[in-house]
Amino acid sequence: MANDHPDDQKDDMHDPAHEDRRFFLKQSVAFAGLSLAAPHWPLAGTDPDDVPIGNAEKVKLSLTINGAKKRLTVDPRMTLLDVLRENLGLNGTKKGCDFGQCGACTVHVNGQRTLSCLTFAVMQHSRKVETVESLAKGKVLHPLQEAFIKHDGFQCGYCTPGQLMSAVSCIREGQAGSAQEVREYMSGNLCRCGAYPNIVDAILEVKSKGLKV
Amino acid sequence: MEKRIFDNPADPSLDRVDGRVKVTGKATYSAEYAVPNLAHAVLVTSTIAKGVITGIDAEKANSAPGVLAVISHLNAPKVPGWGSAAQPAERAPIGTSFRVFYDHFVYFDGQPVAMVVADTHERAVYAASLLKITYQSEKHRTHFEANVQQAIVPLNVQRNKTSPFADYDRGEKGQVEAHIEAEYTIPTQHHQPMEPHAIVAVWEAEDKLTVYDKNQGVKSAQGQLAQAFKIPRENVRVIAKYIGGAFGSGIRVWPHTIAAVLAAKHVGRPVKLVLGREQMFTSVGYRPYTVQKLTIGASKNGKLTSITHEGIGQTSAYEEHLERTILASRSLYACPHVSTRYRLLSLDVNTPTWMRGPGDATGMFALESAMDEMAFALNIDPLDFRIKNYAELDQERNLPWSAKSLKECYVLGAEKFGWKNRKLEPKSMQKDGVLVGYGMASSLYGFHRHPSKARAVMQADGSVIVQSATMDIGPGTGTAMTRIAAKVLGIHAKMVRFDLGDSALPDAPGQNGSSTIPSVGSAVHDVCVALRDRLIEMAFEMPGFATKEKSQVVVRNGQVLASMADTNGVSFGDILKHHHRNELEISAESKSGPERDQYSMYSFGCHFVEVEVSPFTGEVHVTRVVTCADVGTIINYKTARSQSIGGIVGGIGMALMEESAMDHRYGRYVTSDFSSYHIPVHADIPPIEVYYIDKPDVHVNPIGSKGLGEIAIVGVAAAVANAVFHATGKRIRQLPITPDKLI
Repeated sequence: MANDHPDDQKDDMHDPAHEDRRFFLKQSVAFAGLSLAAPHWPLAGTDPDDVPIGNAEKVKLSLTINGAKKRLTVDPRMTLLDVLRENLGLNGTKKGCDFGQCGACTVHVNGQRTLSCLTFAVMQHSRKVETVESLAKGKVLHPLQEAFIKHDGFQCGYCTPGQLMSAVSCIREGQAGSAQEVREYMSGNLCRCGAYPNIVDAILEVKSKGLKV
Repeated sequence: MEKRIFDNPADPSLDRVDGRVKVTGKATYSAEYAVPNLAHAVLVTSTIAKGVITGIDAEKANSAPGVLAVISHLNAPKVPGWGSAAQPAERAPIGTSFRVFYDHFVYFDGQPVAMVVADTHERAVYAASLLKITYQSEKHRTHFEANVQQAIVPLNVQRNKTSPFADYDRGEKGQVEAHIEAEYTIPTQHHQPMEPHAIVAVWEAEDKLTVYDKNQGVKSAQGQLAQAFKIPRENVRVIAKYIGGAFGSGIRVWPHTIAAVLAAKHVGRPVKLVLGREQMFTSVGYRPYTVQKLTIGASKNGKLTSITHEGIGQTSAYEEHLERTILASRSLYACPHVSTRYRLLSLDVNTPTWMRGPGDATGMFALESAMDEMAFALNIDPLDFRIKNYAELDQERNLPWSAKSLKECYVLGAEKFGWKNRKLEPKSMQKDGVLVGYGMASSLYGFHRHPSKARAVMQADGSVIVQSATMDIGPGTGTAMTRIAAKVLGIHAKMVRFDLGDSALPDAPGQNGSSTIPSVGSAVHDVCVALRDRLIEMAFEMPGFATKEKSQVVVRNGQVLASMADTNGVSFGDILKHHHRNELEISAESKSGPERDQYSMYSFGCHFVEVEVSPFTGEVHVTRVVTCADVGTIINYKTARSQSIGGIVGGIGMALMEESAMDHRYGRYVTSDFSSYHIPVHADIPPIEVYYIDKPDVHVNPIGSKGLGEIAIVGVAAAVANAVFHATGKRIRQLPITPDKLI
C-alpha cells in the first residue's frame, strides 16, 4: 500500500519525528482492513470479536485538497468522502448511497474521477484531491457551473457537485463528442429530479465552445 | 390567448436564485450543519417482519470505544405525547402512527429497533455491528396476491360515509356495444431521493428543540414534534433550507426523526443521523403496491357508456394510507355510468406514503391503459377516442371547470409530436430492425390551495425581503416567489431575497400536492400588492405627489410613478427616507374563497411517447417525449420546464424499471440499493419537449396559476405502456415493463 507512493518527500508529518511513517501506515492499514472486514465478513480463522481497534483508530496522512496540503489524523475506517465532509467541512461532495452506485460523491484524485465513498482516505495518502469547491476561481464560476445554471441542469442540487466533477472529466477524457456519448459517460451520476436532458445540454455547450475545463 | 403576464420574450425566465450556491457546493443540506459537540447515531433495524424483541445484548456495543449510548425500547426516554406502553404490552390498533422504541413489538422487517450513538460515525457503525438482538417471530403476511381476499373497506371510510373513497355509483349503464375488462398491477416503488433522509437534533434547553431535518413541511414537522414531546410549538424550530429531493418521502415526520430527537435527549448532546440507502426502503414510506380492475363499456361509435374502477392498495398493519387511485375515473371523461370501489389490504410492512402524483399516477396508469385498450378494441385512434369523450364539465361534482384547456394540450402535443404519422395497427412501425411505437395518455391532478402567510420587508435601499415557511425540495420555489415579488413590486429580481425552509417564518403549507405556487405564490402576490399599495400611499403623502391622480399611478424600476408616461418618479428608498423609516414591513394571509364550491379545479396535461423495442431482447428505449400542460399561468418557464422534464423521467422509471421486490419468506426487500432498485440514468432519457398553454385560470387564485409537479408524472407510465403495446402488440399490465415480459 504505502509502496504505491514515492516516499522521497521529507517526512514532516509526525511529532515526535521518531516514528517510521512507512511502517506506521503499513500496520495501520492492515488493522483497518481487519477492523472493517470483521463485523460483516469474518476472515477465516478470525474471531470477529477479537478485532484490533484502539490505537489503530488514528492514522496520520497527508492529502492535497484543492491545492492545499492537509495533514490529517483519521480513523482508517473513514472513507475519503467522510473525511472531506466530517473532518474538513467540505460538504460540497455529497453522500448519496455510500455504495458507489449514485455518483454524488464524485471527486478527482490525481485528476481522475473517483467515487470518494468507495475509497478509504488512507488509500489516497499523498495524492491530490479536487472537489466541487475547487471549480470556481474566487467569484468566477467554472464554465460548466455557468452552463448548469443557464441550462437549469439541476433541481434539488444534491447530485450537482458529482455531476459537475464527472462532467469536467467527461470533457477532459474526450467523451463528450455527442449527446449520446455524454449520456453514456455520465450514466454513473444519478439524478432523481430528472435534470438529465439539461445536464447534457450544459455539457455539450461547454464542449462545443471549446472552453477550458 | 391572454397576455402572458410572467414569462415572455421581453421578460424571460429567471435562472434559479439558488443556482450559484448549488453549483459551488455551498448549499447546506440537513446533515451538513456544523453543530458543536455533535454525536453520531446509527439506526439498527429489525431482521424479522413480525414478532417481538426478546432481548437486546448491548454489552459489547456499550463498551466499544467512543460509544455514548445504545438506545432501544428498554431505555429510551419517554415520548410524552404517546403515553406509557400498556402492561402487558399490546399491539397497536390500526390508526396508530408507528412509535419508535416504544415497546417490544415488531411490525415490519427493517423497523428501527435500536440506535447506537457514538462520538464518531465510524465508531457508531462498528458498535452497531456488535449489538445482538433476539426475536420471537410470528407468521407474517407480506405477499399481496396471496392475501388479497382480506382487503377491506378502509376503516377510515367505514367511519366516515362522506369520504371520497366510499363506494361510488353514478348513472345508469347505457348500451354497451364494446367492452374491455383488465387488471393492472403497480409494484411497491420508492421515492429514493438522492439525499438520504437526515437530521441533526439539538435540545437547546429542557423544553426547547431545534432540528435540521429533511422534510417537506417545516410547519407540520414543528407541530408534530411539539405534540410528541408536549412542548410549546414555538419552542420547536425546524430548519430545512435545502432538500436533496423528496417526491413525497418527506411529508411526514418519520420514526427515525423522533429516534434522533430521543437520542439527543438521552445523551445530552446534539445528534446527527443519516439513513443508509438500504434504510431508505423501510424508514420512510413508498408508493403502495396496488392492483386495479378496470371495466370500460362504449358504443360502437366510440362514446363511453360505463367505467368501473376498482382499486386495492397496500397498507401497514398499524395504519391506513388512502390515496386517489380510483378518483380520476369519475371526472376525467364524459361518461354516464361510473362506479368506483376502493379497498385496503393490511400487510406486515411499513406504512406507505404519498409519492409524486399520489394515487393519480397509480390510477391513471390503469385508466389510461384501459382507454388505450378500448380504443384498440374499437379500432379508433386513442387520441381521437379521448377527444370524443372530452368532459366539458365535471360530472362527479356537476360543476363547471374553473378552466380546462386539455383539448388545446391534445392538439398542440399531437402536432409537436407528429402523432398523425402513427399507424393505427400495432407492430406496424419499424426502424433499423427495431419496433417503433407511439403512445399517449392524459394527465390530471386536483387543485390544492391552502391558507398561507407571507411577510415582505422593504429595505432602505429599495430591496425587499419576502419570507414564508414554505419549502423547496427542488422545483425552484424561491425562484418562482422572487419572480412574483419582483413583478408585483416593479423591481429587478436581484432586489428580492426570498427566505423559506424555517418554521420561524410565517405559516405556509408543506410542499406537497402541487400546492406551493397556488398557495404560497398567492400569499407572496398579496403581500407584495399590499406593500406596493402602502408605498403608493406613502408617496402621496410627499410633496409633489398629492395633486396626482391615484388611479394613474404605477410602480416601475423601484419607483412610484405618477403615470405610465412619467419617467421621473420617487424611489422606494426615498419614500422610506422621507418618512424616516429604515424599513417597511407588511404581512398578509391568502386563502381560497367561495370559488371552491362554484368550480371544479384541476391541472390538466398529456404526454406523447415514442419507444423503440428490440424484437430480440425486449429492451425498451424511450426515444422521444412531448409533454403539454395546462396549469394556468406559468410563473417561470425555465424552472417549470425542468419540473415537467423531471416528472417524465420519474414516469419512465415507474414504467420501465422501478420495483421494490420482496422476498416473502422473510418479508424483506431484496432491492436495497441503486444496483437492485433501478432508477433512470442519463442513458435512459431522450430529449424531452415541454409545452404549456400558459393561460391564467382566473377563478383559482390571484396569480391564475395551478400546480405542476404532479401532473408532470401522472399518466406517463400509461403513455409508455401504450407506446410499448403499439410497438409490439403486447399489452403489459404489470409494471415495470421489463424485457422478460416482452419476449
